[in-house]
Amino acid sequence: MQHNEKRWQNLGFQLGAVVLALLLTSLVILAAGAPPLDAYKQLLKGAFGTKMNVADTVVAWVPLLLATSGLLVTFAAGLWNIGVEGQIILGSIFTTGVLKLLQDSPLPPAFIIVLAVLGGMLGGGLWAVLAGVLKTFGGVNEIFGGLGLNFIATSMTIWLIFGPWKRPGVGSMSGTEPFPESLWLPTLPGLRLSIWAVMLGIIALVVIYFLLQGTYFGLKLKAVGNNPRAAFLLGIPTWQYMLLSFFLCGLFAGLAGSLQVVAVYHRLIPSISSGYGYLGLMVAMLINYQAFWVAPVAFFFVALNIGSIQLPIALKLDSSLSGVIQGSLVLAVLVVEGIRHRLLRK
Amino acid sequence: MENEVILIGLAGVLASAAPVIFATIGETFAERSGVVNLSVNGTMLLTAMAGFVAAVLTKSVVVGFLVGLIVGALVALLVAFSSITLKLSQVAVGYVLTMTCRDLAYFLGNPYVGIEGVRINVVPIPVLSDIPILGTLLFKQDVMTYLSFILIVVAYVWIFKTRPGMMLQGVGERPAAAHNRGANVNRLRYIYTVLGGALVGISGPMYSLSVKAGWQGTISGLDGIGWIVLAITIFGAWNPLRAAFGAYLFALLQWLGLVLQPVLTGIPSQVLQAAPFPLMILTLLFVNIGDAEWVDRVLAQLPEGTRRAIVRIFRALRSQPPAALGTPFERQ
Repeated sequence: MQHNEKRWQNLGFQLGAVVLALLLTSLVILAAGAPPLDAYKQLLKGAFGTKMNVADTVVAWVPLLLATSGLLVTFAAGLWNIGVEGQIILGSIFTTGVLKLLQDSPLPPAFIIVLAVLGGMLGGGLWAVLAGVLKTFGGVNEIFGGLGLNFIATSMTIWLIFGPWKRPGVGSMSGTEPFPESLWLPTLPGLRLSIWAVMLGIIALVVIYFLLQGTYFGLKLKAVGNNPRAAFLLGIPTWQYMLLSFFLCGLFAGLAGSLQVVAVYHRLIPSISSGYGYLGLMVAMLINYQAFWVAPVAFFFVALNIGSIQLPIALKLDSSLSGVIQGSLVLAVLVVEGIRHRLLRK
Repeated sequence: MENEVILIGLAGVLASAAPVIFATIGETFAERSGVVNLSVNGTMLLTAMAGFVAAVLTKSVVVGFLVGLIVGALVALLVAFSSITLKLSQVAVGYVLTMTCRDLAYFLGNPYVGIEGVRINVVPIPVLSDIPILGTLLFKQDVMTYLSFILIVVAYVWIFKTRPGMMLQGVGERPAAAHNRGANVNRLRYIYTVLGGALVGISGPMYSLSVKAGWQGTISGLDGIGWIVLAITIFGAWNPLRAAFGAYLFALLQWLGLVLQPVLTGIPSQVLQAAPFPLMILTLLFVNIGDAEWVDRVLAQLPEGTRRAIVRIFRALRSQPPAALGTPFERQ
């Protein structure tokens, strides 16, 4: 009975947080001189208005799903892997590299795609391990190491697009030369949506769910995250586990970046990740690191992103409104949760 | 003539380091008290936008700086409330705030992108500005740059030479002991976090009203500086003098990158713009690696003289955070 009462109480607090976030963002929209209801309507329309919009939302869902799934592993080990953004980018770079290397070879295209995706995963994994090594052996906090590596990854992309991998003639912000259609993951007719990519995203989430909930490895990883010193004394090789969790997260991030190339853009573009890594951190915080909630919340977040593309055209508002809504929501949930704890302690 | 050009360039370095100094010293105050305000990058962008817009609307740069100060203090108040009162993770709240403030800056600043603004002027100090070399370097600057010189000295003296400064150190190092000596730990943390946020808040308009005058939205070129500020706070070992040295070094390297660009034609400008970040990682590596276990083991193998020399370098570079940084204070 008391348990039930507590559940309702929790629900009440969470609803309060959502209302608070809506209130905050409505005020911000008013400050920008637009009617909030219209803005929300446009967001919905942009995300779900047409079949094409829905497909775009699902396309964007995949990298966020993968990035957030990967982040749950590093969060379990108590690590703030802000470098996930760069790990996605390195996935794209490695995949583009493998495709460029093999596109003229006699190998069957399907095999080339598989190799390219594996290469992308490896790229993401190695970039993550670099942040991990900086932390475990160099004492550089993973927030700063990862963030620095993100900026390096971005400038590497631009250097490649304007330098060694530039289009015949002159390099441009539109990216590298597109790959032939035989090297694209098959998409649904008339849409950019690839069922393969969606399947991979869902499989990844399921793998992470069972890895963290149902295996001895997941348990030990959480022990490292809760108290590295105690875990070490219990015989868990701490730094090896940390590096491994970085590597695992990098694999998933790399897969996300790889799919951006083989399934979405078919080339390397400057903003190949467009912030899915940073957004993944927000999703993970909002769901309190529970794998069960990744899929719906990530879907809601990318719906906001895709929906906001409509805003500049329809209401002359900047599309960064999606970020304001996401941020207010996470902040409101964190703060309301903190207030609930404080009230219950008394 | 050539010398004059270099001198003016160096004077520009001192001016462009000024906002970094304000933000770094602000963060140093907050972290000295035990609170990490990770929102610096977002706060700087938001206050750069808000300060610019306020100055344009009121035609007053003073109002612009005041608005920046208030917005910065309010964001810091939110950090203080969630980390001190609610005991939430400082990293989590700081991260969300840094992202949200950035998007808020782009969203609300959108109508003001590229419009003609106001900016602060250079005010040469009479007599002093006529001194050869030093006059051009130090005394032909704008008011905020003069204030940045003063801030370095005041912050240093405050932290290391005054009673309240000693109390501040105690609150960040050993809060329980400070509490026993009568310090109100949480109140002091609130005060220094908000004060630090106000200083960070002034640094934003220093860009949009002076160093990089105007507001250009996502291409303002300010995104990322806040993270460098956080890194310089560590490099500066929470000491305003060493932090200022870091800020000047950063500004100098940026200027050199700009000056050398015509020579280094092989490197695209976008790559040169990202150059501070590998440097940031290397710097943090140098100040921390001396504490790593494996380094001790490797050093033990080296001949005595070399070992001593290397250890001395590591020790000089070493930067140890306040012991209670990031942890909430519980009264027993």
